[in-house]
Amino acid sequence: VVEGLALLDLGVSPYSGAVFHETPLIIYLFHFLIEYAELVFMITDVLTAVALYLAVQDFNKVVFKKQKLLIELDKYAPDVAELIQTPMEMHYIPLKVALFYLLNPYTVMSCVAKSTCAINNSVIAFFILATIKGSAFLSAVFLALATYQSLYPLTLFAPALLYLLQRQFIPIKLKSKSFWLYTMQYASLYLCSLVVIICLSFFLLNSWDFIPSVYGFILSVPDLTPNIGLFWYFFAEMFEHFSLFFVCVFQINVFFYTIPLAIKLKEHPVFFMFVQLAIISVFKSYPTVGDVALYMAFLPVWSHLYRFLRNIFILSCVLIFCSFLFPVLWHLWIYAGSANSNFYYAITLTFNIGQILLISDYFYAFLRREYYLTHGLHLTRQDGTEAMLILK
Amino acid sequence: LWEELLLSPLPTGDVAATFQFRTRWDVDLQRGAAVSHYRLFPKALGRLVAALGVRELHLALTQGFWRTRYWGQPPLQAPAGAELWVWFQPTVTDVDKAWKELSNILSGIFCASLNFIDSTNTVIPTASFKPLGLANGTDHHLLRYAVLPREVVCTENLTPWKKLLPCVSKAGLAVLLKAERLFHSSYHSQAVHIRPICRDASCLAVSWELRQTLTVVFDFFSSGQGKKDWSLFKMFSRTLTDTCPLASQSKVYVDISPKNKEKELLEVSPPPTSVHEAIVQGDKKTYAVYDLLSPSLFNSSRSLNVQLKWKRPQDSSEMPIPTLHAQRYVGGYGLQTGQICTLIYNTHPYRAFPVILLETVPWYLRLYVHTLTIITKGKENKPSYIHYQPAQDRRRPHLLEMLIQLPANSVTKITIQFERALLKWTEYPPDPNHGFYVGSSVLSALVPSVTAMKDMDVEQSPLFTSLFPSSDGSSYFVRLYTEPLLVNLPTPDFSMPYNVICLTCTVVAVCYGSFYNLLTRTFHVEEPSRGGLAKRLANVIRKFRGVPLL
Repeated sequence: VVEGLALLDLGVSPYSGAVFHETPLIIYLFHFLIEYAELVFMITDVLTAVALYLAVQDFNKVVFKKQKLLIELDKYAPDVAELIQTPMEMHYIPLKVALFYLLNPYTVMSCVAKSTCAINNSVIAFFILATIKGSAFLSAVFLALATYQSLYPLTLFAPALLYLLQRQFIPIKLKSKSFWLYTMQYASLYLCSLVVIICLSFFLLNSWDFIPSVYGFILSVPDLTPNIGLFWYFFAEMFEHFSLFFVCVFQINVFFYTIPLAIKLKEHPVFFMFVQLAIISVFKSYPTVGDVALYMAFLPVWSHLYRFLRNIFILSCVLIFCSFLFPVLWHLWIYAGSANSNFYYAITLTFNIGQILLISDYFYAFLRREYYLTHGLHLTRQDGTEAMLILK
Repeated sequence: LWEELLLSPLPTGDVAATFQFRTRWDVDLQRGAAVSHYRLFPKALGRLVAALGVRELHLALTQGFWRTRYWGQPPLQAPAGAELWVWFQPTVTDVDKAWKELSNILSGIFCASLNFIDSTNTVIPTASFKPLGLANGTDHHLLRYAVLPREVVCTENLTPWKKLLPCVSKAGLAVLLKAERLFHSSYHSQAVHIRPICRDASCLAVSWELRQTLTVVFDFFSSGQGKKDWSLFKMFSRTLTDTCPLASQSKVYVDISPKNKEKELLEVSPPPTSVHEAIVQGDKKTYAVYDLLSPSLFNSSRSLNVQLKWKRPQDSSEMPIPTLHAQRYVGGYGLQTGQICTLIYNTHPYRAFPVILLETVPWYLRLYVHTLTIITKGKENKPSYIHYQPAQDRRRPHLLEMLIQLPANSVTKITIQFERALLKWTEYPPDPNHGFYVGSSVLSALVPSVTAMKDMDVEQSPLFTSLFPSSDGSSYFVRLYTEPLLVNLPTPDFSMPYNVICLTCTVVAVCYGSFYNLLTRTFHVEEPSRGGLAKRLANVIRKFRGVPLL
């Protein structure tokens, strides 16, 4: 960003080079705030934590209301009393979420590094708050801002839509007219705010240069600087012939899980949002640890799934070890010269596998709890012996 | 055809030999008529100039580096590797296409890999390379500049260069150009300059001038291989036998300027035909002239072997320092970041003068212009003109041009930080750990001269003084080049493409697989099964052992 501002001062368009890839709104924001950069980033982190706190607080109320409704409607099996969430255990969850975000070493690292990821996180946190509070307009505006910054929050459109529909008690049937009406409303709000923001950026810098520099850069991955993701080494070692094909495959991979997840998790849109955020932060083209911090902040919300998680110890060990090994192997490759790029790449692979298995473990635990809630905790087979539950 | 050889002993005891061959072609290509009578001008270059609409062409192939600090200001310096800069006629519509064709044709003519010049190493300087010949307007969009620092110069490049001379290497000064001795030197530079000039003093007609220059520095003394006495035979293993019949002027100049205004340090034999005094590069210099066309020279023997003998031992502690010299190096450690530092020295005791610095940095070293600092004598020095064009990945290099005022007797330090990019594995050269070359930066300045120079008549003065036009007598034009840099980039492992593809796709497949499982399958209570074949076999074994069955 500092480079972009210096180029602007010299009279050269910041996008004529290949160094600056942020959006024009960020340039203008920092034009005024560059003196107080540390303070700005600390404040954005605090704002994110506050937004998450309020969001989770509201979400807890919604969960509790839904639970009560389902108990009264007798949808739950009789022996699942220990699985029901009580207000007492849910009381401290918002505070835990805020603390998880603020005290996460990843968050602290992004704040110290003054990475603009903090601003992305803050916008997404406000979007989640607006969605959970039920305001469609604010949620569309924040989602448009988040998409404008980096392209991937586009996939969060689906969970937000599902949540708002649920809140308005509109059933999700493909033939229902009110469903389509509401969807069109929300989609138009979102698209209009996106168009407004893009035109505003055009008028700020008087050129459309920022579109290939920002979005073309995210989509076509020209810069191969090593990061914690999977893309950089893959494209560094790719044959030229297949480069375009694999770029398309990897980008589709991010957007591809939205529809199946929407079908499976249509009753639980907030969990869907969590899984979607996690998928974005693993598979986006230039991931940073700040993105990881954002979805990890949500883990206390599902702390009641703890008894169903299968590999949580191994996964947390893998993630912690990888976080320690990242800087060590980076230093060995770049500064000491005694290691290869393969060492750093291996840790990248392990870290991402750890993250993926963590998400799928939580997903498994969530689905299993839902099954137990509706079918009872102590399952017996037809002949009365203890039963095992498998996925088939 | 005018031929000239300038032998100048350098302060360190080496000797520099500069050959200049000038051919003038009295035809006006701008009239549009097809030209077919080339006379002495080589046909290859003539057709090139006519077909592609070239106004000025300067190509230099250099091996080695001119040490300005120790050897003094060069008459004409070129950066290490290949350098090509061209001004096109205003009638050329697609300059980039013409540039590409020109570099390809020149690469064929000179057997050099100039076809590697493409948009990733071509820049359009705005202030540095003004035309050296006649020029009407200077729209800098007609100028292209490219440098290939990795280019190696060898005999294959010398041979076509020699073929462009009218007498080839059979008569005249060109007989001295033997490749075996020329490349046994610490600096070898051959160049071709084509430019339009006035045909005579009234300048009513334009003719084309082709100058071929070759500069070579023999360093037998400072590398410890020989004594300080020089002779043509010792340097070139040949002597001059006769003159080229096509030459209208053929001279050998030997620089015998005395230092400290005492009597001469050098003694030349055989005695010269005349002595010429001139003010060259701000200093009064004396030259012993051998006119090869005068009949008295080849009287006694058929060969001319000019010998230089040092009269008294030179105290090497006192070496004259040139007014302007520069150094450049890479700072920092590790393979992630670094900085380019340029030091410019102005050793003039009381005059300050501005200098234009042109830096071309390849795109894979990402420069951060907000880290550009210029410090002179401890204080920040703001340049009066900056033109910065950032690089685009794989398309364009960085271009930084600055006009910096150098105060008298000062050192200016210019630093800029960069970040090293990771390239795709096919973009690395065959030896990736050798590093990547960054071309020399160019310093152009009008250096104030110590003694006033009078305006010279172009026709009468020796060739080595008339390459750069000088506007007034108080300063002379100098173009210096700094060292090329060698920078290492982080390398991926080149043996791993299949492995990387497989492993990354495995990770993506793990994600896809677990999500597919969780999304398409539902929980069921497990049905007891009869047991497969393995279970039945195990039960049979258990029955034998007397252990309860599964």
